[in-house]
Amino acid sequence: MMARKQKNYNEYELSKRRRDLLLQAAVTLFALVILAVYLMPMAYGVITSLKSKAQTSDPGAPVWPAESVSFEYEGDDYDVLQVPTKSGIRDLALVKKGRRSSQFIDPQNPEAGVIEWEGNWRALQPVREFAVQWDNYPQAWNTIDFARLLFNTLMYAFITMIGTVSASACAAYGFARFNFPFKNVLFMIMIGTIVLPPAVTLVPTYTFFVNVLDWGGTWLPLIVPAMFGNAYNIFLLRQYFLTIPREMEEAAQIDGAGRIRTFVAVILPQAVPALTAVSLFHFFFAWNDFFGPLIYLAGNREANPITVGLTEFNGLYSSETQLILAAAVISMIPPLAIFFLAQRVFIQGIVVTGVDK
Amino acid sequence: MDMLTEFGAARGQAKWSLRAQFQLTGAQRDEAKWGLLFLSPWLIGFALFYLAPMIVSLLFSLYDFVLSAPDEARLVGLDNWRRMLAEDPNTWEALFVTFKFALISLPIGMVAAFLLAVLLNSKHLLGRNVLRTLFYAPTMVPLIAAILIWSRVLNPQTGWLNQLIALTGIDAVGMDGLRWLDDPNLIYIAYTFIGLWGIGNAILINLASLQGVPTEMYEAASIDGAGWFRQLWSITVPMVTPVIFYNLVLSVVGLLQYFIVPYVLNGGNGYPEGTTNYYMIYFYKQAFPFQNMGYGATLAWFMFIIGLAITIFLFWSGRFWVYYAGESK
Repeated sequence: MMARKQKNYNEYELSKRRRDLLLQAAVTLFALVILAVYLMPMAYGVITSLKSKAQTSDPGAPVWPAESVSFEYEGDDYDVLQVPTKSGIRDLALVKKGRRSSQFIDPQNPEAGVIEWEGNWRALQPVREFAVQWDNYPQAWNTIDFARLLFNTLMYAFITMIGTVSASACAAYGFARFNFPFKNVLFMIMIGTIVLPPAVTLVPTYTFFVNVLDWGGTWLPLIVPAMFGNAYNIFLLRQYFLTIPREMEEAAQIDGAGRIRTFVAVILPQAVPALTAVSLFHFFFAWNDFFGPLIYLAGNREANPITVGLTEFNGLYSSETQLILAAAVISMIPPLAIFFLAQRVFIQGIVVTGVDK
Repeated sequence: MDMLTEFGAARGQAKWSLRAQFQLTGAQRDEAKWGLLFLSPWLIGFALFYLAPMIVSLLFSLYDFVLSAPDEARLVGLDNWRRMLAEDPNTWEALFVTFKFALISLPIGMVAAFLLAVLLNSKHLLGRNVLRTLFYAPTMVPLIAAILIWSRVLNPQTGWLNQLIALTGIDAVGMDGLRWLDDPNLIYIAYTFIGLWGIGNAILINLASLQGVPTEMYEAASIDGAGWFRQLWSITVPMVTPVIFYNLVLSVVGLLQYFIVPYVLNGGNGYPEGTTNYYMIYFYKQAFPFQNMGYGATLAWFMFIIGLAITIFLFWSGRFWVYYAGESK
């Protein structure tokens, strides 16, 4: 009796485990299919950036980077085509084109002489071999002058990163630890600036920077406002500062440290993860920034960042798909690499604020 | 605690009366002094780059002011506003385009983010962490690079999307096939695809909120005989309404500013058939290439008013459909 019960129980366990395994396989497979479709453009971008220009615009070309094979015969290059013959499909070089019949040479055995073939050569498929055009990358790099774009982008990113992170940290500390008149009102206003369309402040700001200060064509109109902090960063840092125990500051103050000293020597070292997240957010923001550079740098192509440079490149060389995609791939490597390395800090930051800007 | 929750908390505690603010003891006064000192970078930045330009922007809207001829600026009263609302058909067309696109892309993006979060939260999924990272990766691709890649993926002949669709037997490839970026009926779907490469953050906050749903709720529902779909609809969806609300509020502002995708793809010429003349594109053209600063400021203020109205409406409507755990009502 007991044994039978045990056996039934085991069978139940077994069937449950089998069902779980099946469910696991199904769900995981489903996720992988969705992922493949979702990431498909990325694969397309990388693979197409390694193709020849001719292949990118040829709808009949294979998916992988390939080149038509040609054969040199008596000083000239001839295309090798797939020719159906009595002994199966043979790869032959087309030496003389004709409407009804054409002459071919066997690249394996050129001494055998000309082979006559009846039929229209236009219907034949070319023979292709796997050929990766690594050269597209240096060519794209040089054509677009990527080094200069990269330099401009990095300068902008790092200068404003230092500015906005310092200013945001100060303001966040103010909100996190001190009471002052209208604190909650000011905090609400700060969060409110997130839903304020930048356009509403843009026209006078632009007029002031370009017409009054004559900063058009320089990075100054983009660098200076970033030196005063930003709502997302202040919010994220404030949330983090609130989790640091007050005892640490009190101990520092008993030891005679002033407010600023306490902030710099006690709070900031405690907040390294949050400061890192905020720095990363800003870096990605700067790397992507488009509208500001577009309007303020207009007329000074030397100062362009990657985003504007890529857009201009796309307009000028729109038929060079392989070069444009190579440049696009280059521009996505740094953010992707940083993301994969620092994803833990980064993802926590997003969950706290809800977004990276 | 997300930003909107904290906003609500601050609103609950805010004291608006001047007298309450300034009746401070000596120690409180010292603390206030330091607090404002630490806050000063943001306060100065707010005054210089938000408050003052907003007011000046409103004043600009009363002027006929072309940047290249600042001396000829003259006060025209509400002429810009009348022109924008009553005489200029482009304003309403641009608003219509923006809202039509929003109505298509917002639901698709939000549902996709939610469903992907459910998938990535499934206890049956193997390799969850790796998959989460990979699903987030496209969000890290710089937008310009994403647009350039997508514009080729969507090519009717050589693009992979049509070739992929063709595998299912649908005749999608070629000039008679799906011309994503040329067909006015497909253009918003195509732009939505590009937008789907930016939903990583929405997936993450959805995921965070799914992880906060107590498992007992599912167990209880399961005992009561609720199936998978019923549990999703009656437990999971209500629990993530705060996230949906948050995404909606931010998306409204984001979509009013929708600019980069159409600008990179067609330089802002509205192709095809004016379907991509978004509001921000129109504002950009008036303010920068045409240098109509007075009219540009008017368009910007109108955008602000519309965004504010929608935000206020969302906050009001949120009382009826956003569920906050721990609230009795």
